Amino acid sequence: MIATAPTGLWCSRGTKAELFIRGARVVDPLAGLDDVLDVLVSKGRVAAVGAGLRAPEGVRVVDGAGKLLMPGFVDIHTHLRVPGRQDEEDIASGTAAAAVGGYVAVFSMANTDPVIDTAPVAQALARRAQEEALVPTGFYAAVSRGQRGEQLAEMHELAQAGVVGFSDDGLPIDSACLLRRALQYASTTGRYVAVHAQDASLTRGGSMHEGAVSARLGVGGMPSIAESAEVARDCEVAGYEDGRLHVCHVSAAASLEHLARARDAGVRVTAEVTPHHLTLTDEAVLGLDPNLKMNPPLRTEADRAALVRALADGLIDCVATDHAPHAPEEKEVPFEEAPFGTIGLETAFATLFDVLVESGAISLPVLVERMSQAPARIARMPLPTIEERQEANLCLADPHAGWTVDRATLRSRSCNSAWLGASLRARVQLTVAAGRLVYDALA
Amino acid sequence: MSKRDLLSMDDLSRADVELILDTAESFVPILHRDIKKVPTLRGRTIVNFFYEASTRTSSSFDLAAKRLSADTIALKKSGSAIEKGESLKDTILTLSAYSPDIIVIRHPSAGACRLVARHTSASVINAGDGKFQHPTQCLLDLFTLRQTFGHSLDGMKVAIVGDILHSRVARSDIQGFRMLGMEVTLIGPPTLMPRDAETLGVAVEYDLASLKKYDVIYLLRIQRERMAEGANFIPSLREYAAVWGITKNKLRKGQKVMHPGPINRGVEISAEVADDPDTLILQQVESGLATRMAILYRTIVGYADGAEEEV
Repeated sequence: MIATAPTGLWCSRGTKAELFIRGARVVDPLAGLDDVLDVLVSKGRVAAVGAGLRAPEGVRVVDGAGKLLMPGFVDIHTHLRVPGRQDEEDIASGTAAAAVGGYVAVFSMANTDPVIDTAPVAQALARRAQEEALVPTGFYAAVSRGQRGEQLAEMHELAQAGVVGFSDDGLPIDSACLLRRALQYASTTGRYVAVHAQDASLTRGGSMHEGAVSARLGVGGMPSIAESAEVARDCEVAGYEDGRLHVCHVSAAASLEHLARARDAGVRVTAEVTPHHLTLTDEAVLGLDPNLKMNPPLRTEADRAALVRALADGLIDCVATDHAPHAPEEKEVPFEEAPFGTIGLETAFATLFDVLVESGAISLPVLVERMSQAPARIARMPLPTIEERQEANLCLADPHAGWTVDRATLRSRSCNSAWLGASLRARVQLTVAAGRLVYDALA
Repeated sequence: MSKRDLLSMDDLSRADVELILDTAESFVPILHRDIKKVPTLRGRTIVNFFYEASTRTSSSFDLAAKRLSADTIALKKSGSAIEKGESLKDTILTLSAYSPDIIVIRHPSAGACRLVARHTSASVINAGDGKFQHPTQCLLDLFTLRQTFGHSLDGMKVAIVGDILHSRVARSDIQGFRMLGMEVTLIGPPTLMPRDAETLGVAVEYDLASLKKYDVIYLLRIQRERMAEGANFIPSLREYAAVWGITKNKLRKGQKVMHPGPINRGVEISAEVADDPDTLILQQVESGLATRMAILYRTIVGYADGAEEEV
């Protein structure tokens, strides 16, 4: 590997947090913690973790009784829509939404206008993030120039600018040859190639999962094989080149078999799954609400259950939101004409805790690992952890707060949430990112 | 009273369907009078908004409204502000400013009617949205069947033949036929059959071997306009006609043939069958008028029995 800069994360400066959180259930798989403990944050660092600690004079005390204190979450798949679509989201609004969701780092995708495909664009974004980002923010660069699927982007310069990885997300990489070259070339930068695995010839004209529900609605289908066949191909190519492949938003059970086979064969492949694919199915699309139109589409209950099991057993490494803001005028159209995507940063933990942890499908420590440390490991950034002397990157959540996802209270600039109007129980109430108190609903 | 929309066959119970068909029957004599007009909906406003081409549906809704003395506004995509980039939402907000009682809408995308219903206080009637639903076609088909076979359709066998994948008529008819106790079989090439079609409560076949066992053969047109270039659903119309086209010699005597129109003679239906007295295509068109009068009437006066006024 040729020496390049480490993964870049940028955020604005602010006052370091001083906090004493008393008696929360501290769940940190990396530190091996799952106990009711007191945590002192001082000068933006975890100063003390233990039972029966005394709050220093003058420090704000937060009552953590009945609440969950966790290492902050990391989203390796966000769309901040900069540059180009600041009407939908920008670095300030997107990272404010991230803070509300308990996130302490987000990585924004490159399918912007212009596309993030040259070092000057990436550097300009880093400078903007340094001024505007509430939560540390990093960026992907495109695999191909203009995401046109033809010529490789200048990966070394981009890596030098600190991008986390390369992705043409939003678009599949149609050419196996381009994917091969990208994996070969990216390996010299220490970066991974993240793919939106989909055979576009099988999804053309489609707006939802192909199956019983699409048969009923007459809406064009996007069959599972469009994803699974491409995952199989991409794993083959990655194995052949020993490249670092990351499969974005896995949605189909059939894809998991290919992932498992590749893992067993030693292929360096990681995978993510979104909160919506873990909690919703194509049945939810029956009302033709454009906020439930996403790519890849919501699939069947069998797919959903398989994704949950794969996340629990680690075949899928992590959760990523695919937070995809869209302007109201783009979503207030008939279902088939609407763009794909739902926002997700503010609801990720709440929906996953409510649906997966409360039902016993996945344990809280495993969920925390999949939302925090596992994605941080993929991004090759410092792992959030509640250990003494570490920079404070944590969030406090009330598992039974009870709240409604409401247009007026969403911090994202867009409100195209698959859960708009839904009543959720768990809720993040306080977030410390990079040592700063970035969200505080308890003040 | 809250507004009553007819967006899909899911919006109707069996009793609602029977009531519409009975109401339609009561309207038939009006259509044979010298003066074919009743004052029932005088002072009511009905918008006919056709975002997509239509002959039968738009003309019959227009005439149905006029027969009932309602005021009508007809709007088509071409010639309207939609061509200047106005969104569907804004067009509906604009039309709603006239406080219409009913908006009848046809649109090329599934879900358009729901969007319209969210943004207007008028009752919305779906005159066909994408490949999803065409409930008024279903109701007129049921009316035609009742006129032909009598009131009980229970246990009758119907085959829907052709391009099921792209057909909103098929989706509504499957529901309506089953609701009234008919057994439904879908027949067509596998490329034009929806995935998991049997979950719709139907049998699925891919050839015409069983054709003679059905009481009714319901034909669908190959919807070339909904097929993407190079999608290869069928190799050619010629081959489709040879394998799945309905000709006189494939039918048993007395089998009734239906088709929502427009027909493509020589493709899904031979000219001989199209013009045969056992073919109900023109009866369907005629039924469309009485049925749509009944739908407009029921939408305004309500579905409950006893709410009926003298017509």
